Amino acid sequence: MLRIHYADYEALRAHGEETYPNECCGVLLGKNIAGEGNGAAAVNHVQQIVRAGNTRTDSAHNRYHIAPQELVKIQRQARGLGLDIVGFYHSHPDHPAQWSKTDFAEAHWLSCSYIITSVEQGKAVLTNSFLLSGTGEDNKNFEDEAIQIDIAEAAAHNQKGHA
Amino acid sequence: MNIHIPTPLRAYTGGLETVSVAGSTVGDVFQQLTVQYPELKPHLFTPEGKLRSFVNVYLNDDDIRYLPNKEETAANETDELTIIPSIAGGASCRP
Repeated sequence: MLRIHYADYEALRAHGEETYPNECCGVLLGKNIAGEGNGAAAVNHVQQIVRAGNTRTDSAHNRYHIAPQELVKIQRQARGLGLDIVGFYHSHPDHPAQWSKTDFAEAHWLSCSYIITSVEQGKAVLTNSFLLSGTGEDNKNFEDEAIQIDIAEAAAHNQKGHA
Repeated sequence: MNIHIPTPLRAYTGGLETVSVAGSTVGDVFQQLTVQYPELKPHLFTPEGKLRSFVNVYLNDDDIRYLPNKEETAANETDELTIIPSIAGGASCRP
C-alpha cells in the first residue's frame, strides 16, 4: 500500500496539469514500513515529494526520463532528511492512468511505488499506484496498489500552519 | 570509500544504505563490493560481467562511464560512489 499526505497527492496531480501536454515526473521520499501481522503488506509511506525535470524533450508528450545526476542529488537530499526513495510519479497526458509497456520495461526500482496520473485536456483525472514487485529483472511485476490519503493529518498540518 | 546503495538493493546489503569498501581504483572498489555482498552481483552485472545498462554509477557527481580513466580512476577515501538505477517510462508503448 502507498500512504501519502493529501497535500502531496494534490501537488503531484497539479504537477501533471502544469506540464500538460507533456509528461511530468518526480520522486517520492519516505519510508518503507514492514507490514504488521501475518501476511500484511509493506507500506511505502511518502513524507515528501520532489519534482524532477523530464529530459525527454524529443518526445516529452509520451515519454519521461529523470537525469541520473538529478537522482543522485535527490537521494543525497533524502539521506540528509533521514528518508529513502520509496517511489516515483509521472503523468500520462490524454492517456489512461495505467502502466504502459514502456513503463514496465524501464522500471527497475523493486519494492518501490510508481504513481501514474492521467491528465485529460489539461485536467488531472485518475491517479493510480503500482508496486514493482519481484526479486529481479526476470520476475518483476507491476501490482495494483491501494493509495491511503491522509486527509486528517493534512488538515491538522494546515491548521497548525495558519495558527 | 563509502558506497550508497539504492532502496531496492539494500535487501542484499543487510539493509544498509551506506557500505564502506576499500580499493585503489573505482573498478577495484566496485569489484570488492560484490565480494563483500555477493548477492548484489546479478543485480549489477549481466552474466557476461558487463554493468547492466540501467545501472548508473556515480563517483561523487560524475558518471563513471564518462570519467577520462573510467573504472581505472583512483579511489580516494573521501570520495563517494552512488549506485542509481535509471528512471524512465511514459505512455508510449515503444520501449
